[in-house]
Amino acid sequence: MKSLDELKKIRDEAKKNLELRDSEKTTRVVVGMATCGISAGARPVLQSFIEEVQKRHLNEVQVVQTGCIGMCTYEPIVEITSPDKEKVTYIHMDVDKVKRVVAEHLVHGRAVKEYTIGYIK
Amino acid sequence: MQKVIDIKENVTKFEELSAYIERQDESQGVLMQTLHKAQELFGYLPIEVQKFVSEKTKIPMAEVYGVATFYTQFSLEPKGKYTVGVCMGTACYVKSSQLVLDQLIKTLKISVGETTEDGLFTLEATRCLGCCGLAPVIMIGDSVYGKLEPKKIPEIIESYRKK
Amino acid sequence: MAIYRSHVLVCGGTGCASSKSDLIKKRFEEKIKEMNLDKEVQVISTGCFGLCEEGPIVVVYPEGSFYSKMQINRVDRIVEEHLYKGRIVREFLYEESIADQKLKSLNQIDFYSKQKRVALRNCGLINPENIEEYIARDGYLALGRALTEMTPEEVIKVVKDSNLRGRGGGGFPTGAKWSFAAPNKADQKYIICNADEGDPGAFMDRSVLEGDPHAVLEAMAIAGYAIGASKGFVYVRAEYPIAVKRLEIAIGQAKTMGLLGKNIFESGFDFDVEIRLGAGAFVCGEETALMASIEGKRGMSRNKPPFPAVSGLFGKPTIINNVETLANIPQIIINGAKWFKSFGSEKSPGTKVFALGGKINNTGLVEIPMGTSLREVIYDIGGGCPNGKAFKAVQTGGPSGGCITADYIDTKIDFDTLTDLGSMMGSGGMIVMDEDNCMVDIARFFLEFTVEESCGKCTPCREGTKRMLEILEDITQGKAVMSDLDKLEKLANNIRSTSLCGLGQTAPNPVLSTLRYFRDEYEAHVLDKRCPAGTCSALLNYSITDNCRGCTKCVRQCPVGCITGKVKELHVIDQEKCIKCGACMEACPFDAIVKK
Repeated sequence: MKSLDELKKIRDEAKKNLELRDSEKTTRVVVGMATCGISAGARPVLQSFIEEVQKRHLNEVQVVQTGCIGMCTYEPIVEITSPDKEKVTYIHMDVDKVKRVVAEHLVHGRAVKEYTIGYIK
Repeated sequence: MQKVIDIKENVTKFEELSAYIERQDESQGVLMQTLHKAQELFGYLPIEVQKFVSEKTKIPMAEVYGVATFYTQFSLEPKGKYTVGVCMGTACYVKSSQLVLDQLIKTLKISVGETTEDGLFTLEATRCLGCCGLAPVIMIGDSVYGKLEPKKIPEIIESYRKK
Repeated sequence: MAIYRSHVLVCGGTGCASSKSDLIKKRFEEKIKEMNLDKEVQVISTGCFGLCEEGPIVVVYPEGSFYSKMQINRVDRIVEEHLYKGRIVREFLYEESIADQKLKSLNQIDFYSKQKRVALRNCGLINPENIEEYIARDGYLALGRALTEMTPEEVIKVVKDSNLRGRGGGGFPTGAKWSFAAPNKADQKYIICNADEGDPGAFMDRSVLEGDPHAVLEAMAIAGYAIGASKGFVYVRAEYPIAVKRLEIAIGQAKTMGLLGKNIFESGFDFDVEIRLGAGAFVCGEETALMASIEGKRGMSRNKPPFPAVSGLFGKPTIINNVETLANIPQIIINGAKWFKSFGSEKSPGTKVFALGGKINNTGLVEIPMGTSLREVIYDIGGGCPNGKAFKAVQTGGPSGGCITADYIDTKIDFDTLTDLGSMMGSGGMIVMDEDNCMVDIARFFLEFTVEESCGKCTPCREGTKRMLEILEDITQGKAVMSDLDKLEKLANNIRSTSLCGLGQTAPNPVLSTLRYFRDEYEAHVLDKRCPAGTCSALLNYSITDNCRGCTKCVRQCPVGCITGKVKELHVIDQEKCIKCGACMEACPFDAIVKK
């Protein structure tokens, strides 16, 4: 170990993995992962959320999975909750849509209206 | 009475111990770990082994014997195949570990510190094992048995007799 | 570095490991592989979570789901349901984590929410065998800052200002200790970490070593820099194999990364750490005895002065700090003295780890700010006594401490309040006792311990404690007279004022404190030949109640033939002949034999 900067570099790299165990996060991305969700393609959606969040260093975002959200025809379903804001529900998600949601919703705080349940319905 | 061990039969163990002592040459105060190593090799510290350590390390025999007898973990007697340790820490004691120990004395027909005639079990009352959440606790070899009741003892001992 | 979406943390502390948590971890790994989740889910073995009563413990992140009392046959369902489909398996969760139909995560559970984790901050959260996880939690940052941005004097000043007091028992200010050793000129100085945790019922040091070994190593290096020592020893009990193994791994990793060894952070500072094993001697927790043991001698204490800071290990200036004390150091360097003083009580800042044991629902390790009341610890965190029994007393400080009764339950715990009550902080063992525990017997138990552990060097401790034990044995067997109680007290005070080291000086405490608070129990043993708690077997009689069906089983078991009675008729025990072995009670299928 040569310098404090070298240690900090190792720390920042190692932190990424450990952040998962921090339950103080504010924004939650919840992916429905019941049988219906999985068969509709929820797994790659979940995976790409994790990758995108990681890539963009969105430290306050936590990606979790949940069971059946109850509207199987709209799967894969993703719900995003942030403090002081109404829950946004995205439906029929896929990997390409994830990239846009992360870029617009999670980074800039603007929900992607055309993917939300209210818009499609 | 001191046990006598056959030096010829144990020649490889003595060689290993000797190599260990030579490796330690650089550091200070090596007697404790040397005795730990010796006990790991021989299972106990017979007088011949202590003499050997004394000669190799040039530490007087009186000092070696003094240390070997001071610490409870060093044993001058061979132990049974399984050491049954009953935790006598406070947490276990207030949860009636004494009754567990009494039952073991009855089941094994030996007192604390003794070894059964068949050489299978040595009974010990040990210091806190740190598993206070599981009190009362006994340890047989490396396995811990927790939340014990005296009536479970005969069955546990029997399972080792059958092994 | 691979990124996982979920982490499964399996407790690998001694408590959980003894209930086969390693097999549970293995099954998780197998099943996760089978379901092709091994690139998404990581299984990690951690140090102790603290709630040992509920072990083995598994926590799944990011949800923070707390699965308690795990069994190997539950693993597959958790993988299939929770990890694959995202459905938390509610029936396997820790009971208290479900309230009002809502799931609580780990840190919202009562047992944890009242705690403030400083020394235990990484325990149960990181993999102790992975230095990178420690670094991710700002590990070695304190050492880096100390070496590159601070002078040794500044380091000592921060520790002094924090008013951190030694967590091993005495509560001596750590900063002052360091400042005694710093100015002494010598070709070699030493830092010793005292991990000879001998207090029965205390296991916080083991948990820190098992769960966060790097914190201790980092602190030792900081201490080394502060006083100018380049060599450290960790003196650890041989009864702690997992702790020893993790320390060895940690030392190896720190050396590889250049965080121990030569020229750390290119500051010109060298520091090396070596592990030394104890061999089962309680007295080696005393600092002069501990040093004798590291030197390879019998662990006997000696007179002070000279203090170790002047002439310690191998005659060189030496600082000895306890594991928990050291675990606080990196946090103090990073966050400052003011931060540390922001919690705890005025004279005892910071937190203290307690090992809750005995007759309490949530046995385990808790870390609380100093000044928390005993009531909060025992009822809010510990969940009270099991089976609806009444709380009688709590024993703190192990064989050097004493009992605190229900009358003092609102005492705010710190070093000074406990001493005022005739007990002491000690290393932080807290053994809870209920109405079924006899206080005379507890005092006898501790004296038996000290008698066995006395090193034998000074007369008051070697001979005096033995005489005290004899009197206590007489009392518990109903052979004592009232003047024995005075004799006991006088002897106790003599031993306290004339013994050479802390072991002897504090050995009478359990007796003096029980005499102070439970004199009526002593008197019942002496005058009425009665044990109110029903523990002392010599004072109990076995008798047969009307539940007896006359099955004759007890007659066949009795070794002295003192039970008489015909088949299908009520049996009787001859009290004169009875040796109180209890064999009849065990044999009776109708619970007709009682002892009181």
